[in-house]
Amino acid sequence: MNVEIRVQQADFSVAAEYESLLARLPAGTGAVASFVGLVREMAGTDDVQTLLLEHYPGMTERSIGGIVDRAGERWPVSDVLVVHRVGELAPNAQIVLVQVASAHRAAAFAACEFIMDYLKTDAIFWKRETTSGGGRWVESTAEDRDRASAWKTG
Amino acid sequence: MQVQVRFFASLRDATGTDSLSLALAEGADLGALLAVLEQRLGPAVEALKAENVRVAVNQDLVSGRTLLSDGDEVAFLPPVTGG
Repeated sequence: MNVEIRVQQADFSVAAEYESLLARLPAGTGAVASFVGLVREMAGTDDVQTLLLEHYPGMTERSIGGIVDRAGERWPVSDVLVVHRVGELAPNAQIVLVQVASAHRAAAFAACEFIMDYLKTDAIFWKRETTSGGGRWVESTAEDRDRASAWKTG
Repeated sequence: MQVQVRFFASLRDATGTDSLSLALAEGADLGALLAVLEQRLGPAVEALKAENVRVAVNQDLVSGRTLLSDGDEVAFLPPVTGG
C-alpha cells in the first residue's frame, strides 16, 4: 500500500492530487474514492466566522498514519492520500482530502469513510471557531464518536 | 533532569502558556510532574487532570504510572476535533 500524508496550511487541488494518484496507480486498480471536507458555514448567521486548526507536528502525521494502516489491514487498498489543512480557514474552504484506490469500489468507499470517521476522533487536531464575539474551542461530538465506534462492531 | 512540557489548544488557554521547561527529580513520573506543575500553575493544573485529557510522552500516548527521563517531551492533549 502506498501512503502519502500531508498536513499543510496551503490549499490543495483535487484535480492535481487525482492526476498524481492516477500516475502512480498500480495495475489492477478499478476504483478511486475521493472525499473532500469543507468548513461549514453556520446557517442563519451573518457573523463573520473562521476556523483555526491547530496540530502537533509529528504526532499528528503519525496519528493519521495509524488510521490509514488500520484501514489497510481491513480492506485491500493500494493507495491512500490524506491531505489535512491547518491554520486559519474561511467558511467553504477545503479542509481535508482523502483519496483511496482499490481494485473494487466497495473497498475504496468503505476505507475512505473509515479513514474520515477516524480522522474526526483519533487524529491530533483541534478546531477553534472565531466570530466577531470572540472564539471557542470546538468540542468533540457524540455523533462523531458513535460513527467511529460503529466500525468496531460493523 | 529536565523535561519539556507542551500544552495544546484549550489547555494552552487554561495554563496561559504553550510550553514549559521543568526540572524534575530523577525517577519522577507523571504524578510528580503534575505536582510540580501545580506549584507552577496553581489551580489551572485542574484542567490538565480532566478525565478526557490525554498525555503523550515523546509523541506516544501513555496512561497510568509513566516514568519520565531526561529530555522527555510531555504533551497534554485535550479531546481532538479534526476532520
